[in-house]
Amino acid sequence: MAKETRLAYGEKLAELIVENPNIVVIDADLSGSTRTSLAKKVCPERHFNAGIAEANLMGMAAGMAASGKTVFASTFAIFAAGRAFEIIRNSICYPKLNVKVCATHAGLTVGEDGASHQAVEDIALMRSVPNMQVFVPSDQYETKAVIDYVTKVNGPCYVRLGRGKVDDVYDENFNKDITKVNVVKEGKDICLLATGLMVQEALKVAALLKEKNIEVTVADIACLKPIDEEGVLKLLNSHKKIYTLEEHSIIGGLYGAVAEIKAKTDIATPVIPIGIEDEFGESGQMMEVLAAYNLTADKIVDRIK
Amino acid sequence: MDNNLLKKEALGVRRNIVSMVYSAQSGHPGGSLSCADILTYLYFEAMDINKDNINGIDRDRFVLSKGHASPALYGVLAQKGLLEEDIHGFRKLGSKLQGHPNMNYIAGVDMSTGSLGQGISTAVGMALANSLDNNGHRIYTLVGDGESEEGLVWEAMMAAGHYKLDNLTVIFDNNGLQIDGKVTDVMNPTPLDKKAEAFGFHVITIDGHDFDQIRNAINEAKNTKGCPTAIVCKTVKGKGVSFMENQASWHGVAPNEEQFNQAMSELEDK
Repeated sequence: MAKETRLAYGEKLAELIVENPNIVVIDADLSGSTRTSLAKKVCPERHFNAGIAEANLMGMAAGMAASGKTVFASTFAIFAAGRAFEIIRNSICYPKLNVKVCATHAGLTVGEDGASHQAVEDIALMRSVPNMQVFVPSDQYETKAVIDYVTKVNGPCYVRLGRGKVDDVYDENFNKDITKVNVVKEGKDICLLATGLMVQEALKVAALLKEKNIEVTVADIACLKPIDEEGVLKLLNSHKKIYTLEEHSIIGGLYGAVAEIKAKTDIATPVIPIGIEDEFGESGQMMEVLAAYNLTADKIVDRIK
Repeated sequence: MDNNLLKKEALGVRRNIVSMVYSAQSGHPGGSLSCADILTYLYFEAMDINKDNINGIDRDRFVLSKGHASPALYGVLAQKGLLEEDIHGFRKLGSKLQGHPNMNYIAGVDMSTGSLGQGISTAVGMALANSLDNNGHRIYTLVGDGESEEGLVWEAMMAAGHYKLDNLTVIFDNNGLQIDGKVTDVMNPTPLDKKAEAFGFHVITIDGHDFDQIRNAINEAKNTKGCPTAIVCKTVKGKGVSFMENQASWHGVAPNEEQFNQAMSELEDK
């Protein structure tokens, strides 16, 4: 069943906030959209609103963490990683405070709101800050596992979540280590290493290529920092070519991370970026926009040789 | 505590400030000297901080939102015997006394600050969490008047008023000067008192170098229920060192040997 990762986050948070009295949530007038409203419903006394003031949202989150709380701070990715970048850097990451920045509406699939609201640089921004851990779950089950995991991490985490529904990659028995590269489909020669909702597209690409008798590996990487270097190297060493798939700029995101690993070695395997070229998005229905930027399976198939 | 004793301690804090900036040949003497009396009062009388509880959060805490006044914070911790680091390491490689304070390096530094506007925002979060726990601990934060040109200061003030954080005291160090000149010329943030009032604060305006006035204001803040308190302190930038007083040029400049000697002699405990 397809589900929004933001909804899976809200559902998991609503469970955790009841179980764990140390958790507080802070949102910035978007709790209905970020789905932290689900946590508010079951625990209104530990859900706070910063109003439309994302810089102060992050500053207050840092302060609550300094008072011993496990803080979930949510808003759209563009405002979290973008507007509040320097507060996240200086007041959350530098003092290594226990704040989970769970940013929704990331990437092009924000859809109709257009470029002003489509964060396509957030992974690059968050990955570059010391002490920050970065997660991009692919479906509802992985999202819940990631939220569970970051709750146990004592330090800053950034979790990138989407607005639209994504297909299930896993099922309710999901028990993989989300800090590692997870191969979801074994193939040979070519590997599609995908993150976030691009894992669903990668699986569709694999199905389309299978019709042409091409077997490809599909690997999911949900933890972009600290990245599973060993897992990435294993893929590089066992394939002739790797395509990185991300709903993010090809600068500084998954492609950047994989290229950084590869460049330190003498491995010759080409790494080809499939992501957003150095450009802004535009308005449209979610999958239409994704297609317009050549990120849907039918478009990707044409690029794989 | 007797005012004469407080004055003695404040002189010690000022000597620490001048020594640190001289030794580093770098730092911010003007705005550190302007808040030295306020910090002396907070650490020697208002707050329940001591050697036994310094490493925890089960006590009153202070956020130096104007983090460039770190010599004043390190200086008061040293004066109270709470600082393990040698103050002469300030701003030098390998010392924990960073140019702007890091809470994980120094016990008694309750928040890492330096980027203006952020300290008060974190202080609001600390006070909000404290009020959720109903633990009775107070949060103090010191904001520069120049700093209050940052929009984040007012986002934080709005939230403090909204959540009626009566465990929070925001102290403005109103020395009237910033790097480029008078705050009223560069980008006028005044009237701070009326603005704070409009944001839901109980407001007190005092002379930030008069210990009776500081004491009365801090006590009034403690006894004010249902809203946060802002104390607008009229201060003198560079206070205590004659040639630094009211000179914007001493915002971020270190004294030479001759100036250092003159400053230290003016700050002698006579």
